[in-house]
Amino acid sequence: MAEQQTTPVAPGPRPIIGTLKLDPKPHLVASKCGGCGALFLDLKRLACSKCGSSGNFSQVPLSDKGKVYVFSVIHQSFPGIKTPYITAIVDLPEGISVKSNLIDVDPEDLQKNPQKAFGMPVDLVVNAVAKDRQGNDVMAFQFRPSKN
Amino acid sequence: MRNVYVLGTGMIKFGRYPEKTVPELGAEAALLALKDAGVSIKDVEMFASGNLYQSNAMVGQRILQQIGQTGIPVINVANACATGSTAFREAYMSVASGMYDVSMAVGVEQMGKQGLLGGGGGGSDPAYSTEGRIGSGLMPAVFGQAGVEHMRKYGTKLEHFAKISVKSHKHATKNQFSQYRNEVSLEDVMNARMVAFPNTLYMCCPTGDGAAAAILVSEDKLKQFAGGRVRARIAASVLTSDPYTDRDLTLPDVNTLTKRAARLAYETAGIGPKDVSLTELHDCFATAELVHYENLELCGEGEAGKFIDEGGGQHPGLGGKSPVNVSGGLLSKGHPLGATGVANICEVVWHITRDERAKDRQVPNAKVGMAHVIGLGSACTINILTV
Repeated sequence: MAEQQTTPVAPGPRPIIGTLKLDPKPHLVASKCGGCGALFLDLKRLACSKCGSSGNFSQVPLSDKGKVYVFSVIHQSFPGIKTPYITAIVDLPEGISVKSNLIDVDPEDLQKNPQKAFGMPVDLVVNAVAKDRQGNDVMAFQFRPSKN
Repeated sequence: MRNVYVLGTGMIKFGRYPEKTVPELGAEAALLALKDAGVSIKDVEMFASGNLYQSNAMVGQRILQQIGQTGIPVINVANACATGSTAFREAYMSVASGMYDVSMAVGVEQMGKQGLLGGGGGGSDPAYSTEGRIGSGLMPAVFGQAGVEHMRKYGTKLEHFAKISVKSHKHATKNQFSQYRNEVSLEDVMNARMVAFPNTLYMCCPTGDGAAAAILVSEDKLKQFAGGRVRARIAASVLTSDPYTDRDLTLPDVNTLTKRAARLAYETAGIGPKDVSLTELHDCFATAELVHYENLELCGEGEAGKFIDEGGGQHPGLGGKSPVNVSGGLLSKGHPLGATGVANICEVVWHITRDERAKDRQVPNAKVGMAHVIGLGSACTINILTV
């Protein structure tokens, strides 16, 4: 069995998932299949579920700009999650879709006018959503309407 | 492959049975099916038991410990919401292959008042739970987005989805096995509290308990046991998983695997969608039913809204055509996960064999029935039955 990592890690913000990188500016990374180019939001992939080739992945950064594909407004959720909020599927220019909360958009308005969301240009942002057991800020990414 | 027939069926009313155990509920359905078939547990040579939430607890064997420990092979099946229909398919294949002549499938579930299904992540520290923080993986979100995708592509309105719930509730008033048997108006549905846009409360299936069972036989055993009674033949029993599609890992693609399963089922059965007298499809949410009208080819791509507006899916007795979920569907009949896939096969069998258990909602001249289930993750089963 491999020795456990003993290097002390400095306290500070931690990403909620391993594919979110906080430095130098917040962005997502993906595994890219060397066989067919398929992208996966998963850095431990053994093989490609599109073409089947294995052991041939590189890590690539993803754009922090995308377009909303579809969404739902969630009115009932886990304890501690404030509702209503918007969950959205966002298409990134690299050809991968990611899922997260859409913020700075009025959920009630989107229910009345769902077409406003379709193709909406959005930017990735990060915010602290919780503190972990060691007292570190847990940082999650969200999308908000693009400012430019 | 040999012809396989459904010799007997059994189902208990879907609802809540906190005083009973999962094996007890399954045993009740199994005994009803054996009685309906006119055979004994001693005639059964193989048993596939479908249950999801106790899939590590040998539910099939514990059912036999209630009704007859004959030492036969038992398989315990789990395949999300397609658990029961996958068990049915295992029982089908065991007879179709020639290995056995009489098999039994039971689907059973006890969910109580369990809330939202799905979601997760985070490991040992809940601070890293992703649900609600980087979007939602809960079932209402997945199927809300599937509906919104249809809105985006084809301009479908909230009212189209709401009409499905009105229809299903109306159908359920005629089904004595249904968990809910109340009618709702379009206004009731549209004004009900929103769970996940565009699905309001009445557009989401309930949780609950239930069980259903079927006895399957070869042609020889049909002649021996049926005594001249009309019995349904399994014309196709198809299972697919989700093929790679661009967004499937982010937004489960419930359409592609259903379309593939439907094509395969129609080809295997040698029929087309126009030949189907009634369909029981997987309406876990109203949005799911709408997209499956197209996926099962009951209407053309992009035409589901028009299909509903013109009475598609309604019982012919209510002036409709291409009846869908005359049982009340998952929305009203209920959705005890493991039981669902066997229960919807019972429903189509009852219509095409003129069984008295469907007499209050009999689809006229029914000859071919289709039963469709999706298990998110994903699995899709389609069984086509004929007389």
